[in-house]
Amino acid sequence: MYVATKGGESAIEATHELIAEERRGDTTVPELGTDQVRNQLGRAVDRVMTEGSLYDPDLASLAIKQAQGDMVEAIFLLRAFRTTLPRFGAAEPLDTSKMIIRRRISAAFKDIPGGQILGPTYDYTHRLLDFDLVKEGANATSAPEATATEQTMPRVTDILGAEGLMQAENREEIESEPFDLGRQPMSFPANRDQRLQNLFRGDEGFVLALGYATQRGYGRNHPFVGEIRMGFVEVEFTPPELGFTISIGEIEVTECQMINQFTGTKDIQPMFTRGYGLAFGQSERKTMAMALVDRALKASELGEDRDHPPQDEEFVLAHSDNVEAAGFVSHLKLPHYVDFQSELSLLRGLREDALTTQDKEAAE
Amino acid sequence: MNSRAYHSVDGTYNFAYLDEQTKRMIRRTLLKAIAVPGYQVPFGGREMPMAYGWGTGGIQITASIIGRDDTLKVIDQGADDTTNAVSIRRFFRRVAGVQTTEETSKATLIQTRHRIPEKQLTEKQILVYQVPQPEPLWKLEPREVETRKLHAYSEYGLMHVKLYEDISRHGEIITTYDYPVEVNARHIMSPSPIPKFDNPKMAMMPALQLFGAGREKRIYAIPPYTRVRSLDFDDHPFKPQRFDKPCALCGAEEVFLDEVILDDKGDHMFVCSDSDHCRERRAAGHTGSRASDAADMGFVPTEGLN
Repeated sequence: MYVATKGGESAIEATHELIAEERRGDTTVPELGTDQVRNQLGRAVDRVMTEGSLYDPDLASLAIKQAQGDMVEAIFLLRAFRTTLPRFGAAEPLDTSKMIIRRRISAAFKDIPGGQILGPTYDYTHRLLDFDLVKEGANATSAPEATATEQTMPRVTDILGAEGLMQAENREEIESEPFDLGRQPMSFPANRDQRLQNLFRGDEGFVLALGYATQRGYGRNHPFVGEIRMGFVEVEFTPPELGFTISIGEIEVTECQMINQFTGTKDIQPMFTRGYGLAFGQSERKTMAMALVDRALKASELGEDRDHPPQDEEFVLAHSDNVEAAGFVSHLKLPHYVDFQSELSLLRGLREDALTTQDKEAAE
Repeated sequence: MNSRAYHSVDGTYNFAYLDEQTKRMIRRTLLKAIAVPGYQVPFGGREMPMAYGWGTGGIQITASIIGRDDTLKVIDQGADDTTNAVSIRRFFRRVAGVQTTEETSKATLIQTRHRIPEKQLTEKQILVYQVPQPEPLWKLEPREVETRKLHAYSEYGLMHVKLYEDISRHGEIITTYDYPVEVNARHIMSPSPIPKFDNPKMAMMPALQLFGAGREKRIYAIPPYTRVRSLDFDDHPFKPQRFDKPCALCGAEEVFLDEVILDDKGDHMFVCSDSDHCRERRAAGHTGSRASDAADMGFVPTEGLN
């Protein structure tokens, strides 16, 4: 208070100027345009939109530029902007069975109606640094034109569902007004809509680690990738003043449906259960991890043991948000000298007491 | 009310940042919190342009109740010139254009982190606390589903056992800050991490006390003139901290002091944590043992920083 933080006002102004200068960097290097971020750092944009829970590639690009590529900071910027926007209502549920597909794979079946479509993926690249990319303009290759498939592509889980092998989703939950994590506080026990919204916004690293843990035995749930599909879906909305549904645009999403074994209990028949993952843009890793964790969190409704962190909804859902987590961790940088002073006095007191007791005992 | 009242100073955001719907939602939450003293009311906390953990709960309350005629004081660790207090004060000057002050007596609204001002507050004032962890039982039971039940049934045995164990192991209750209180003979409440030195000030305080936890999305309150009891036992009554020495700058006794390390040889002095209280006393001619050499060393805070 008297030394380190004195003159806070001018110090704060100075640091703002300093980060602005750092952000721009060497002025002999051309400035990064947000259009460049949007076009050339698309996966970063997708992650910021997903965890920032706002589908706006331009604003996400701006956030990434402003945050100097610090993803959690960019996500925070987008969230803080999102919260100021008016809310018109909830869209109709996205119908991903009508997706205009760019990529679609199933690991459960060799062939599926509509076929497997590899699309853009890093999966089969060799992770060798491509030094050609250092040179500008060296990468102007054009990919073979994709043939737009008019073929219907039913979702693999729906095919299994038609046979009664897949656990059906709760209709009541689907038809009720959805929970809105941006407006309502999280509450426990959480419904599925709360859980999925939370995991959607949840930190990719955190969700990935939890999903990974389930594979290593901490809440194992025998997953198969039923289907991953990526592409564009229409967003439909029913304005109350119109009374009928209109399309308000198209967004790019990735969806992952995991099929998980369930051996049944005395009340529930054996069947496959679903782990569901969805994210904006091309976010395959996130959706897979999300699907694993979603399934792990079904433990209580399926009557499974809940022995591991990924199955514990308060543990998972209360700690997944990186804006909350980063904020609370970073607040340790704020002064705590009042509390520390209290602890210091206590410790000195306790040590003094201990010494006096020792002296007394020695004298006796 | 004219339309100017609804816009921030630079016109980019609504007056006091939050939209009116959100403010209404928070005000409804506040009314409920005041009606059930010490009970944590969940609210739809918003993302603020400051980080969670940096006062977003207090900021949302302040934003919801501040009016154009209010005079705002913001303190952190008792001081007005700590960086985060400066930052929050700047925020409200920008988005609400209100008067700000460092003088406790001139403020109508005081937002605080970790302290209650030394000067007795009045019925005309509101004290808004920033709260990192609203649940007093969280160290004993991390699950919200459980703690909600414990509060509902007034089942506070866990807490008493914890305090008892402190006494049996250390001879005293070793909680020095965030020391739990019982409000209105009903709810156990976290006073936010104020030192237990400040706990007695909460009881029967003429000012309204509001508590905002942004990250945890909880609001709670203590209405004016409410009973607040720091938990204790008949044979181990609550003891607030005491300091052996007065403030080295203004000579005040019975105030909370910060330890300031003066050199690397172990020399230190104790000074008022409440910087405005210290300033006022020095202005009135009170001096402490090191007032003069502390000034020479540049340890006396500058006045009227902003």
